[in-house]
Amino acid sequence: MDFNPLDPNYLPWLIPVPPLISFALIVLFVGRSKFWSHILALTAVIISWVISWGVYLQVAYGIENFGAAVYGNSIDWLDLGETTFKMGVVVDPLTAIMLFMVPLAILMIFIYSIGYMNAYPEDDAHQKRSARFFAYLSLFAGAMLTLVVADNLLLLFVGWEVMGLCSYLLIGFLIEKKSANQAAVKAFMTTRVADVLMLVGIGYLYAMTGTLNFREIMYVNHGEMLEMLAEADAPLFGMSAAALIGILLVMGTVGKSSQFPLHVWLPDAMEGPTPVSAMIHAAAMVSAGVYMIIRMYPLLSAGGNPHAGDYTEPLMLMGVVGSFTALFAAVLGVGQDDVKRVLAYSTISQLGFMVAALGIGAYVAAAFHLITHAFFKALLFMSSGAVIHAMEHGEHHAHGHDAHGHDDHGHHELPHGAYGQLHAFEGEEIPEWNTTMVPDGIVLDYVADPNNVRYMGGLLNRIPITALAFAAGGLSLAGFPLVTAGFWSKDEILADALLVGLGDGNFYWLHVLVFVSLIIAATFTAFYTGRLWLMTFWGRPRSAAAEHATLMAGGVDDHKLAEVPYYLRWQKVLRDDEYVDDHLKGKSQLQKFFAVYRDSFPMQLPLVILSFFAIFAGFVGIHPDFWFLKIFTGENNYFKNFLAPTIVESIEVPDFSIVPVLFSFAAALGGLTAAWFVYGAQPIKAGQKDPVHNLIGDSAWAALQNRFYLDTLFLRAFYVPFEWFGRVVTYRWIDKETIDELLFMFADGAVWIGEAIKRLNYVVIDGVGDGIPRLIGMFGGWFRNIQSGRVQQYMLFVAAAALMLGTLLVALAL
Amino acid sequence: MESGILTGIVAVPSFAALIILFLKKDQKQEARVIAAAATLVSLLLSAFVFFSYNVDEANAVNAANRTDAQGDLYFAFEDDITWIEELGISYHVGVDGVSAAMILLTGLASFAGVLISWRIDDRPREFMAFFLLLVVGVYGVFVSVDMFLLFFFYELAIFPMYFLIAGWGWVELREYAAMKLTLYILVGSIVALVGFLAMYFQAAEVNGFYSFDFQDLYHAAKSGAFDDPGYLGIDGLTLARFWFPSVFIGMAVLAGLFPFHNWSPDGHVAAPTAVSMIHAGVLMKLGAFAAMRLGIQLLPDGARVHLPWIVFLALTNIVWGAFIAFRQRDFKYVIGFSSVSHMGLVSLGMATMNITGLTGAGLQMFSHGVMTALFFTCVGLVYEQAHTRDLPSLGGFIYKMPLVGLAFILGGLVSMGMPGLSGFIAEFPILIGVWRGVPEGVAAATQGDVPYLLQNAISTSSNGSYYTYIVIFAVLGIILTAAYVLRVVGQVFFGEFNEERFPGVKDISVLDRIAILSLMVWLVLLGIFPSMMSDVIESGMQPVVDLLSTRFGG
Repeated sequence: MDFNPLDPNYLPWLIPVPPLISFALIVLFVGRSKFWSHILALTAVIISWVISWGVYLQVAYGIENFGAAVYGNSIDWLDLGETTFKMGVVVDPLTAIMLFMVPLAILMIFIYSIGYMNAYPEDDAHQKRSARFFAYLSLFAGAMLTLVVADNLLLLFVGWEVMGLCSYLLIGFLIEKKSANQAAVKAFMTTRVADVLMLVGIGYLYAMTGTLNFREIMYVNHGEMLEMLAEADAPLFGMSAAALIGILLVMGTVGKSSQFPLHVWLPDAMEGPTPVSAMIHAAAMVSAGVYMIIRMYPLLSAGGNPHAGDYTEPLMLMGVVGSFTALFAAVLGVGQDDVKRVLAYSTISQLGFMVAALGIGAYVAAAFHLITHAFFKALLFMSSGAVIHAMEHGEHHAHGHDAHGHDDHGHHELPHGAYGQLHAFEGEEIPEWNTTMVPDGIVLDYVADPNNVRYMGGLLNRIPITALAFAAGGLSLAGFPLVTAGFWSKDEILADALLVGLGDGNFYWLHVLVFVSLIIAATFTAFYTGRLWLMTFWGRPRSAAAEHATLMAGGVDDHKLAEVPYYLRWQKVLRDDEYVDDHLKGKSQLQKFFAVYRDSFPMQLPLVILSFFAIFAGFVGIHPDFWFLKIFTGENNYFKNFLAPTIVESIEVPDFSIVPVLFSFAAALGGLTAAWFVYGAQPIKAGQKDPVHNLIGDSAWAALQNRFYLDTLFLRAFYVPFEWFGRVVTYRWIDKETIDELLFMFADGAVWIGEAIKRLNYVVIDGVGDGIPRLIGMFGGWFRNIQSGRVQQYMLFVAAAALMLGTLLVALAL
Repeated sequence: MESGILTGIVAVPSFAALIILFLKKDQKQEARVIAAAATLVSLLLSAFVFFSYNVDEANAVNAANRTDAQGDLYFAFEDDITWIEELGISYHVGVDGVSAAMILLTGLASFAGVLISWRIDDRPREFMAFFLLLVVGVYGVFVSVDMFLLFFFYELAIFPMYFLIAGWGWVELREYAAMKLTLYILVGSIVALVGFLAMYFQAAEVNGFYSFDFQDLYHAAKSGAFDDPGYLGIDGLTLARFWFPSVFIGMAVLAGLFPFHNWSPDGHVAAPTAVSMIHAGVLMKLGAFAAMRLGIQLLPDGARVHLPWIVFLALTNIVWGAFIAFRQRDFKYVIGFSSVSHMGLVSLGMATMNITGLTGAGLQMFSHGVMTALFFTCVGLVYEQAHTRDLPSLGGFIYKMPLVGLAFILGGLVSMGMPGLSGFIAEFPILIGVWRGVPEGVAAATQGDVPYLLQNAISTSSNGSYYTYIVIFAVLGIILTAAYVLRVVGQVFFGEFNEERFPGVKDISVLDRIAILSLMVWLVLLGIFPSMMSDVIESGMQPVVDLLSTRFGG
């Protein structure tokens, strides 16, 4: 067989290879060199991206009847007795779509990471271990790309597990930090439990069919194998084999895509550097979970027809778990103050949307939301990373390292004391923020936590590009009507749930459940997204760090620039030497520019690019009958037509109706408006506990009198219950006190059993093992007495023995 | 094919041991170099044997054997010299697929073991001589085709073990552990020998001549000599059914089968590093290998009756060992109990009696051997400088010994079955094998023969078999493995390094590096290209399954 490296049948093999090679090269040869690790990692990802898009374009425009015909090939890999396991790659429409999204998102994350890691001070652990960071990140990327091009479940599982490992290594990147190690272990173990169940499912599938190849199981002979699986009885719970396998596989996704109740690892995973969060939340890890169930959908729905209300067990599991998770996490998002934590809950919630969508058979909508979500969530996380860096810089500028201990700023109102303790040093554990420690009306000089939105505010002027990018991502997440990608993909899920579930006089319970949960979740989503953006960027700075927040790198004298309007600062820096440090004086503009924008350029370039996709990626998936589409293209639903041939079953999309669109409008606009009235119209001030407290007592009444009736209504109607429910019920009661406690209980139980078994092992089994020799020893000791050395005694024994033997012989003879 | 290569593999370390004994007392370096050279030569020869092993030829012979009642098993590189003719004892060595992989493992572990022992300054001459003798015994068992020879080498491997542990081991435990280990294994092997002698005499009746040769015993097994009912005058009892437990479990004591596993963690902990490597890495496989050879391969009737309950012992091994490893404070005990847990997977794979599970068991034997040798290397290197194995007081060693940390993490990933590494390609076939369950024909024939409780459970279709439930409990062991590995990694290698407690900790030497890398390579290589070993092992396991299916239907 000729090997032509440009043959699209072989090209997919090459996609995951460059990052894996760069991983190996960095680990083996680069040592600690920042420069070479950056170059290698970036080059590798660029190559992967170019090949991926090459493959995508080739299959999208260069192949007839794509879907029935696919690219790919395989090799014999492992002989498993009666069957030989083939390892291979395949590019079908679903893979092609993933190849469009994943490498692009990964490339953006890599570019961003370079700026992000460089923005730390020179002596910081992030800087020193930059090479290792990029090695892990490359391995992560390689694993995800392996998973995407895999043509069988086992290779998919390889990528799946290696990603689990990478997430462990990257979340625990600061290995001396205990909380990071704990979060890493939590992430690894939680997903591991799910992975093992999934592996059991894979094993069962293979034992039943003798193959794990996607096409052989689900496409060849019009899914003959699926019928066989749907009819075979499983040994457990009276289900069909397909259902049991499906449930085990879905369990894998519940862990990997952090669905209730295995979602607990994801919010903690933000212990890792922010690019890692973007990688986990958007491009790779959690997307992989949803990708897998989309991939295996024909198996999950084998034996049922969700479009006719006939749900199989795995579909029910997905529908219920997904819709609950979506709602639950969206409510939780309202009560969080950490910018990354809000986003983490939003990820959980959005993944719930996808899982629920697949549960009701909205195959296309789930895939569509997966893609758009990846774009806007990567964007949001990277923006939040920029915000955090700006806050850290701001803190640094406001105080400097030497400023501690003497009052060099006029606006210090408190001596260093109790609040000074809140300051987080590098490598130190950040104390959990406790709002009661800050009296009202005090300008905080210290950033206890650069992630905390309470200390932000007014960043719009200071980091405008980031703010706009954040807005683009946020609007897409909130599903702002018509112009954002998130709107279209979310709308498609809702439309499917409503029109199939209640259309034609039907009442399919799962569809209705999914619709109701998701429409409420969408409202919450819009609300917390609005809150997050407004708290971060709107109003006036609520701390010195926010006041001085900037993404400009070293060499700039921030205090001198204090009087200059923010949008003019960069010009001052470039033109006037008095604003820069000595080592930049007299340098050319270009040199100054690079010195100052060294970090912010690579950090903000990906934001701009991803903003484009977060807004416009939605237009490929609009229902053909919707008038809005005709304004732009007049074409059919491109995304659906492209994706549908992936599976044998024909995909039905319900006819267009304006009703679900109106629901989507109401959810997004309602939530955003509520957020505007609570946080935008009157931004909260520094030290203000939160808007709820303004309501209690006089301020609520005053607000009512001053035509803030609507504002107050929104507060009373939405915010108070949202906040209480989010903070107390879901987070504290269910998440922390119930599920975490349950986990701890299991862990304690395991520890107890281990201890008990250990004891049992030593006492009982070793007791027998050691007891026998001891008995023998005792016997020997007793027996030794017989050997006294006295001949007479021996003779006596011999005579006695001879007598006994003789008696015995005589007795036998008789 | 008279080649002499296998004889060379066994002979080179023997002569080296002899030469070392003639050295002067202060010729320490010479003793080390001779030992290293001898183990390297044996390693290269066994690598040659492994890579030139002809799988196609073996498969052709296996295929012929399925129909030909008189066919011989396939052994490569045979040497056959008559020794004691009257008793049918001969010096007959050869390798099939399983033993080809096993001698490669022995070569790797022994060479790395000598390198790791370089710094032993207390009587290195004697240490190396005993160590080489141990290696000779292990090689010998794997290459023996004559079963007398097998028992001979088996005992030969145990005897230096005692002296190595008692003489160079951890002072606090060594005499207890050495005695415990020796007693357990000796008793086990004697119990097995008794059963084996019963087979020997029965085979002689059928064949008409006495022979310890495996081929002759195999012919007897194939003709059903061990399956005649009415053994000892009891209806329904056969020789195979009566003696299988003593042969299989007697040998499996060395494989750490529950509840006869407790010699092994104590033995591992007490032994010096190199001995632990050989001990856990190779010696335990020796037990599993002999149990498979003598038990399953020669007594299929016993296997199908008894393995359905022995599978529970294997399952207990997996979960039990993992739980205990999870709760140990001593670094080396964690690894010791992890071996118990992993060897349970080997027994589990064997208990499936299908080719997938058996091949997985063989792969697990190799993978676990290399991995655990690597583990003990790491433990030894850390202990050598830290002088403590107490987990909570260690920490941050990855800064001081990056390669050791990396090796341990790699070994940990292998042990938790990370795909892309050798552990996964061993565990996955075992898992599939257990899902598939006992081959249908064997299960059908077994109805009524197994203990009462299991009669209904082991149904004719793999769907209804209780083996399915065993998978579900066995994966608990895999989860726990991840937990204890992460715990050890976090406590020993991550976290902050305590400079005051451990002053002057240095990075490892070049020889240590070579030892570690020579083991690490295999874990990765095998994970990516499993077929280089799975085909070989499968060709060795095939006759076992074939005999079962020819006797009891596929």
